[in-house]
Amino acid sequence: MSATIRVASFISLMLVSMQSWAEYQLNMRPGVTSFSQGAYGIHTMVMWICVGIGIIVFGAMIYSIIMHRKSRGAVAAKFDDNLTVELLWTIIPFIILAFMAVPATRVLLAMEDTSNSDMSIKITGYQWKWHYDYLAEDISFFSNLATPVEQTQNKATKDNNYLLEVDNPVVVPVNTKVRLLLTSNDVIHSWWMPAFAVKKDAIPGFINESWFETDKVGTYRGQCAELCGKNHGFMPIVVKVVSADDYQAWVAGKKQLAAAAAESATKTWTRDELIEHGKTVYATNCAACHQVSGEGIPNVFPALKGSAIATGPAAKHIDIVTHGKTGTAMQAFGTQLNDADLAAVITYERNAWGNNMGDVVQPADIKAAR
Amino acid sequence: MSAVIEEHHGEHHDHKPTGIGRWLFSTNHKDIGTMYLWFSFTMLFVGGALALVIRAELFEPGLQFVEPELFNQMTTLHGLIMVFGVIMPAFVGLANWMVPMMIGAPDMALPRMNNWSFWLLPGAFGLLIASLVMSLMGMGSAPNFGWTFYAPLSTTYGPASTDFFIFSVHMMGISSIMGAINIIATIINMRAPGMTYMKMPIFVWTWFITAYLLIAVMPVLAGVVTMMLFDRHFGTSFFNAAGGGDPVLFQHVFWFFGHPEVYIMILPSFGIISQVVPTFSRKKIFGYSSMVYATSSIAFLSFIVWAHHMFTTGMPVATELFFMYATMLIAVPTGVKVFNWVSTMWRGSLSFETPMLFAIAFIFLFTIGGFTGLMLSIVPADFQYQDTYFVVAHFHYVLVSGALFGIFAAVYFWLPKWTGNMYDEKLGKLHFWLSTISVNILFFPMHFLGLAGMPRRIPDYNLQFAEFNALASVGAFIFGFTQLILLYNIVKTIRGRNTVKATGKVWEGSEGLEWTLPSPAPFHSFSTPPVVK
Ligand SMILES: [Cu+2]
Repeated sequence: MSATIRVASFISLMLVSMQSWAEYQLNMRPGVTSFSQGAYGIHTMVMWICVGIGIIVFGAMIYSIIMHRKSRGAVAAKFDDNLTVELLWTIIPFIILAFMAVPATRVLLAMEDTSNSDMSIKITGYQWKWHYDYLAEDISFFSNLATPVEQTQNKATKDNNYLLEVDNPVVVPVNTKVRLLLTSNDVIHSWWMPAFAVKKDAIPGFINESWFETDKVGTYRGQCAELCGKNHGFMPIVVKVVSADDYQAWVAGKKQLAAAAAESATKTWTRDELIEHGKTVYATNCAACHQVSGEGIPNVFPALKGSAIATGPAAKHIDIVTHGKTGTAMQAFGTQLNDADLAAVITYERNAWGNNMGDVVQPADIKAAR
Repeated sequence: MSAVIEEHHGEHHDHKPTGIGRWLFSTNHKDIGTMYLWFSFTMLFVGGALALVIRAELFEPGLQFVEPELFNQMTTLHGLIMVFGVIMPAFVGLANWMVPMMIGAPDMALPRMNNWSFWLLPGAFGLLIASLVMSLMGMGSAPNFGWTFYAPLSTTYGPASTDFFIFSVHMMGISSIMGAINIIATIINMRAPGMTYMKMPIFVWTWFITAYLLIAVMPVLAGVVTMMLFDRHFGTSFFNAAGGGDPVLFQHVFWFFGHPEVYIMILPSFGIISQVVPTFSRKKIFGYSSMVYATSSIAFLSFIVWAHHMFTTGMPVATELFFMYATMLIAVPTGVKVFNWVSTMWRGSLSFETPMLFAIAFIFLFTIGGFTGLMLSIVPADFQYQDTYFVVAHFHYVLVSGALFGIFAAVYFWLPKWTGNMYDEKLGKLHFWLSTISVNILFFPMHFLGLAGMPRRIPDYNLQFAEFNALASVGAFIFGFTQLILLYNIVKTIRGRNTVKATGKVWEGSEGLEWTLPSPAPFHSFSTPPVVK
């Protein structure tokens, strides 16, 4: 037993000496939607029933272990069968299960009822970001991880929303039934918002439905829940539930941004403007695979530094970024980025990491190549 | 195992071949069983080393030791090796050793096939591990799509080594099917006179049912990897929506294999516990026939619950309800088994040698895994548990403190019969206490992590998950290194220096044909069949 004590003291030492005691959570949170509270209620009920059964079963075992030990002179009884108790412990669990099944069915039926929604958002999973499309509003955008890579690499202090922060959160009005239509561009992802108890797979070629409605204004955070490749752990979800007025203001702002982006695609940029903008586009869209250093990962993701494409003819480079490369992880960014973003990132790639091609690609070149 | 060569038992001699040929060409159920067990033990350390890489990376938030790409290869190979390389071969090894001895047979029914089914395994795992070695040498990626290898991540997006993986799974499948056929043929044809089905030891019964499960579902696994192979290289689109296929079809086929597979990995441990508990309670197993019926019901139900792994894929609500109810039903026969074990102990005359300790820990901890399994069956709650650490906690309670603890109990229980020497009881108890405490430090906090919202299969996480991840990692390292005590104890027992010689009966409460043989058991078990009254 002394070994046991030593292990226990070692572990308590470890815990006491740990640097950052963030808020930790033991149990499921009730969440902010009617069915997240339903799921929480049923989770709590089943858990306590299990604890109750556990106390009876483990209690009987512990009693037996203490009282019926040979070292106390216990002599084995002779019984090895009893039809009555065997029937009882087949039938009673059955009744307990039926008792659990009733509320479980009720909550489930409510969860799966997506009818009479007030608005719809189409969610598309990409390796490794989410795309949101507000079907009635003509608003659509990508939502990327916003945590700087320095924090992941332990070169900067991690903030509280480490890995749970995005550049463009989903914004929805409060007290509105929001229907979600989920699909994927590549592999299976799963859109999970714990506070809403919504977890639904985003499957390529198919559309899944779910919904939520909450009366609590706030910012809610979740993550992709289905292994979807290298950066599965780095595609968070942030939903902001705001008042109806704030939502209208956000919609107007988004539309203004879209107009400005459309305009920027028609102007001619300077080389420095392109490279500066290209660097941010690269960090959000390309660095996950090709790395910030442009060196890629040997035999998995090719390097861009000194590569034949980034230091070859611009037309080939535009083609591969815009249309992707089938059979590889290289996506067709023409469907994800606008002409200005594409022009900027290609210019950046041709002039970064000592590639020094010196040329510039303008939005007009992209438009011509599409 | 070498100390027994010149012994004579009654009127028959042991004609034991020597040298490497004894192992390469072996048709002896004991030698093949030994090879299975050593293979499994080796793979336990390989799969365990991968687990420790995972736990080292997850000790703190941030990326420390492995990049996300390599992390995914670690989780994938850890799962594949533990499932197919540790638990299943260990059970087949135990069946090889014990089934003939428990039913009074001289050997397995199909000894040459037995040899082949073992020798396929090193090939299969050599191929799988080669892909990891090549990955570490910078030549592409090892399988990185999780042990469940969901399409299209494993088909359209799979690395080149996926083909290694497919070939490897085919070899494992052939090996398992042949092993299962052999066990069924042995049990049906080679029982001693008087041993009716309802007199067979429960371990033999559970393996009998497991073998049928294997024959039913291993071809399904072979089918799904073949469909993958065709999608990857021969232009089909089973799982590719762009070609008219369906990625969810993959999950249906995989889990039609995968759910019975879960029972393949636990039923033989149920059998082991049903041998060990009565022995050290000095009392017959309570409810023998209900044990057999409960095992059969579990096996039957295992075929109609597969989609409970897929509640978030967007099935029709009626389908979800069916799979929820069917899954909840499994709690009934599983409960019967637990109640029967407790009743066997009740008013027995208990002693607590290492096999009994592991069996008791099994009952406690497997039951916890069973409870979380019941919670997972409830669809609305499952939406919150699915693909989180809650699931990771659940299946590790069932597979580590369940299946693996059952195997530990079996090894301590029968090691004196195999080697003729008693193992070191003090070391056994030390191994037990360290394992049991650390396995809980390792897996219990994962329940909290999952409920708090940590998804599984991620290499890095938010700060709110830091404490319990650190704790789990500490438990993992203690648990991992504790297994070296078992290795030392086994080697010490085999070598037989400073050990006590085992009697034929070994344990005071032993019942059954295997204990009527001397210890160590002769090279050929029963040349003349014993008569069972
Ligand atoms: Cu994802």
